[in-house]
Amino acid sequence: MLKTFKIGGVHPEENKLSAGAKIETVKVPSQVVIPLAHYSGKPSVAVVKRGDYVKVGQLIGQADGYVSANVHSSVSGTVKKVDVQLDASGYKRPAVFIDVDEKDEWDEGIDLSPELEKDFSFTKEEIIEKIKYAGIVGLGGATFPAHVKLLPPPDKKAEVLIINAVECEPYLTCDHQLMLEKGEEILVGTRILMKVLDVEKAVIGIENNKKDAVEHLTNLAQEYDGITVQALKVKYPQGGEKQLIDAVLNRRVPSGKIPIEVGAVVMNVATTYAIYEAVQKDKPLIERVMTVTGKNMKTPGNYWVRLGVFLSDVVEQAGGIPEGTKKIIAGGPMMGRSLMNLDIPMAKGTAGVLFMDKEEALREPDKNCIRCAQCVFVCPIGLEPFLLMNQSEREMWDEMEQNRIMDCIECGSCSFTCPSTRPLLDYIRYGKSTVGLRIRKRTSKMT
Amino acid sequence: MDKLIISPAPHVHSNNSIEKTMRQVIIALIPTMLAGFYFFGLGAVIVTAVSVISCVLFEYLIQRFLLKGPTTISDGSAVITGLLLAMNLPSNIPFWIVILGALFAIGVAKMSFGGLGNNPFNPALAGRVFLLFSFPTQMTSWPEPSPLSLQYVDAATGATPLVALKGYAGEVPSILNFLTGNIGGSLGEVSAVAIIIGLIYMLWKRTITWHIPVSILVTVAVFSGILHTANPEAYISPTYHLLSGGLLLGAVFMATDYATSPMNARGMLVYGVGIGIITVVIREFGAYPEGVSFAILIMNAFTPLINTYIKPKRFGKIMK
Repeated sequence: MLKTFKIGGVHPEENKLSAGAKIETVKVPSQVVIPLAHYSGKPSVAVVKRGDYVKVGQLIGQADGYVSANVHSSVSGTVKKVDVQLDASGYKRPAVFIDVDEKDEWDEGIDLSPELEKDFSFTKEEIIEKIKYAGIVGLGGATFPAHVKLLPPPDKKAEVLIINAVECEPYLTCDHQLMLEKGEEILVGTRILMKVLDVEKAVIGIENNKKDAVEHLTNLAQEYDGITVQALKVKYPQGGEKQLIDAVLNRRVPSGKIPIEVGAVVMNVATTYAIYEAVQKDKPLIERVMTVTGKNMKTPGNYWVRLGVFLSDVVEQAGGIPEGTKKIIAGGPMMGRSLMNLDIPMAKGTAGVLFMDKEEALREPDKNCIRCAQCVFVCPIGLEPFLLMNQSEREMWDEMEQNRIMDCIECGSCSFTCPSTRPLLDYIRYGKSTVGLRIRKRTSKMT
Repeated sequence: MDKLIISPAPHVHSNNSIEKTMRQVIIALIPTMLAGFYFFGLGAVIVTAVSVISCVLFEYLIQRFLLKGPTTISDGSAVITGLLLAMNLPSNIPFWIVILGALFAIGVAKMSFGGLGNNPFNPALAGRVFLLFSFPTQMTSWPEPSPLSLQYVDAATGATPLVALKGYAGEVPSILNFLTGNIGGSLGEVSAVAIIIGLIYMLWKRTITWHIPVSILVTVAVFSGILHTANPEAYISPTYHLLSGGLLLGAVFMATDYATSPMNARGMLVYGVGIGIITVVIREFGAYPEGVSFAILIMNAFTPLINTYIKPKRFGKIMK
């Protein structure tokens, strides 16, 4: 029996249409807009100004505060302006606009050779400094700065490193393809992380719908001490940090705590590759793999895309917007955000663009709750979505807090499964943000 | 490009629907219904048809003319209420009594509380108990099984096995007859095998989980087993408890009604144990030979309390 997490979960149609498609490189257009903000944490502060000439990999945004990450130029060219830009979050946030020249001139010190660099002799501190400088954030979607995760509180010790290669979102295949093409680099990245965390054991968790990746990495991992590959039963949301730890280690992170509480650190597989590049090649995070897909796309595929390239440019090179598209999603169908248009720059957390036609995109109207309890059975946290929705509608914030609304990971399994197609997660999100705000107000008053 | 649809995640749905769920329950009821038709003949067919048609019609009329809103008869829930009500009636009951039962089930027990999902009590059982109090004679004269007979109200009647087991009248049938359904009783409760086929189908399709039926049956078996071991003369054996009367029908189809049962696994177990205990208590110590309907309705009343105090198993403990 394959391992998986113990509570709840659903099985959405996988639709991994772009599986096996070689990663192609998207040509850099004449203008890019590089976001200085990530989904989580403070935006970085621009260190370039209008008229400056920047090279590829040059620092353009300085991290501001603890939960913040550096941003580097993904192109060579002239800074046009530093302004705000609408990004995938739906907000206008600071970004650097750059007119691209054709030289593609890289910053000094970046190793562009494709050879695998296996050995490293850096100290723990040097590695963390390199990762921090390279502006690496979690590429699974939450975009939490990677170096922060690698500095656990002094009283806690990591025992196991888990590489999150689950990719449980339907449609997305970027991590899958990256494992097939850059397997060895990922393993070196894993070794680097093991050194930083001072752990003897690392487990790469991969869902069993990627058998070729499981096999490929298992073969390669024989050369690397302490790294094992764990095939996992396909179940959404296994890529959730807490679910993955439960699946791999059979340990449950307590409510409101982080993985280090149970001795685990989880790092996304694409992040691990970026860490390899940052440490071994001194290459900052200036590009990532993304999936461009949809049932009506002629050639769903995976692409290397530089940060700041507009999604419209990416899609154009990927074959254009398919006929009949009614919804465009940044990310996967379970947790991605629907976009108003494609005039949105590529950010570190953008793992995919997904096109849906009307039939796939429309929600059915909601009906009476029939109290079937399916939302309760599928909730991976063991919450009662039907109750939280009711309480959110009635603004019963204290009761929602008691019912552990803040533990919700917003995976959407409840809305996905509801036979009455009720907008459970919409209301729960509203309640969670309100309750979160109330908790912050309360704690700031106390101190 | 036309305007795009903007909505929050998730952007895909499982294609579960009320209709699909209800269809699964109806399919699961087919073996039970056919067994009733076979053993009780024409009467069973008439009672079932009248019950289903009047339940659907009453729901339509109430929604259309009293509530002046959209009708939801196409979701199939009224059909199920009609089927379940019929399964709980003797096949020789006059059709106008069936219509009254349907009116109570749909009109009072379901629609007056706000329709599907809002009813605190199982509508079909409420209808049945209403009829039991209003027409005690007709509701307790059970026809003898007589395969494919063409008789309706004039069918020959006899004592049900539970009455016989308690030693009041009649003979106790063989276990084989219990399993196939060749015994007296309401038209859907007689065939254990047919009901279990329905249970397996619903578990396979994940229409229901195992918690409620299994906890009821295990509780009845254990509790009646203790009583029977203590005094075999006075108390019925667990085998007969499990196979006779409406226990299987109740445990599989009535107690598992979504709206009136608890909404997490632990709560379901408490609810099932409660039903099991009350059933045995009524059967062994009460005035009525049968207690499943009452047990389920009583535990229906406890469902909101169970939902409030018994929470699902949460992920990860709380640390201070």
